[in-house]
Amino acid sequence: MGEAKKSAAFRSPRHAAIGGARESLGAPALVLSASFVGFGSLVRGSGLDLGHALFSTATAWALPGQIATIELTAAGATLLAIAIATALSNARLTPMILALIPQLAAPGRRRWQFYLVAHVVAITSWLHAMRRVPDLPAEQRLPFVAGFGTTLWLLTLAATALGYVSAAQVPSWLSLGLVFLTPVYFTLVLIGDVKGRVRALSLVFGACLGPLFHLVTTEWGLLLTGLVGGTAAFVLGRTRSRQAGHG
Amino acid sequence: MGDVAYGYLILAVAAVCTYGWRALGVALAGRIGPGSVWLEWIGCVAYALLAGLIARMLLLPAGPLMETATLSRAAGIGLAITVYFGLRRNILAGVLTGAGVLTLLESL
Repeated sequence: MGEAKKSAAFRSPRHAAIGGARESLGAPALVLSASFVGFGSLVRGSGLDLGHALFSTATAWALPGQIATIELTAAGATLLAIAIATALSNARLTPMILALIPQLAAPGRRRWQFYLVAHVVAITSWLHAMRRVPDLPAEQRLPFVAGFGTTLWLLTLAATALGYVSAAQVPSWLSLGLVFLTPVYFTLVLIGDVKGRVRALSLVFGACLGPLFHLVTTEWGLLLTGLVGGTAAFVLGRTRSRQAGHG
Repeated sequence: MGDVAYGYLILAVAAVCTYGWRALGVALAGRIGPGSVWLEWIGCVAYALLAGLIARMLLLPAGPLMETATLSRAAGIGLAITVYFGLRRNILAGVLTGAGVLTLLESL
């Protein structure tokens, strides 16, 4: 199915929620489910219960952090060490949420609705929301993101259970392909949605600095990448547009 | 405390260490209006961060991909991009191509 041909707006907020749910089925659902199948089998391999696996997916719903939590638990790390590693791995959620939530504002929205929808915002739903939300009328935006994210959230719970139950049965050549789906999917979504120079610069700076900073500091590498790369793109973009404006 | 209960305690703490960042984002968002210059900057930071994360997943992977050749991953991502744009931005086709190419090259 072509991604480019989606109609922009829906008939009503309710239709926006259903439309969001529908758009999540397809590549986003497939890729994310594959990742959570992998997570389910990781939890089983670590000697934890199915309940632990489901609890983690239901309450955290941010896969890199979940993997860190499980791996450290299996390695016998202290609670404090696990908390710090998980927190560091998830700090990216703040700038992501911060960039998205103001765009979901509409007359009559309550604060708690934002706190609720934030739980189903992770990389996949964020990327899709950032692409689609600007084209939607204000009152349809939050329902759209909620429909998209909640559907994925439910599917990943099922995928987690499936991965746990079938842990030993995924052949290694297949699991390699499944693990590779995620970075390929994110790459395509990011480069397929380059709107303007500033965005392109952010992506290029981020892609160059990410691996570099990771080699320098594993814990802080990503946050530094975002701050340094993003700020550089922002400043360069503004300088350019100001020059263009004056000259 | 039993092992099972301790497992839930760890996961509950991890959940707080995850949702806490989301809640912080929502709380700060209340101070930023749509169309503000801060919003534009935060967007740059978020996109740079994700691009960095993904570049790292491809170049310096953790987990099972660690044992794959950089060349296999490069071929996979390259063909995925080609198919994606070649088939009028068909994400599913691109993603399956990338995973298929890597699987194939690694099983040779």
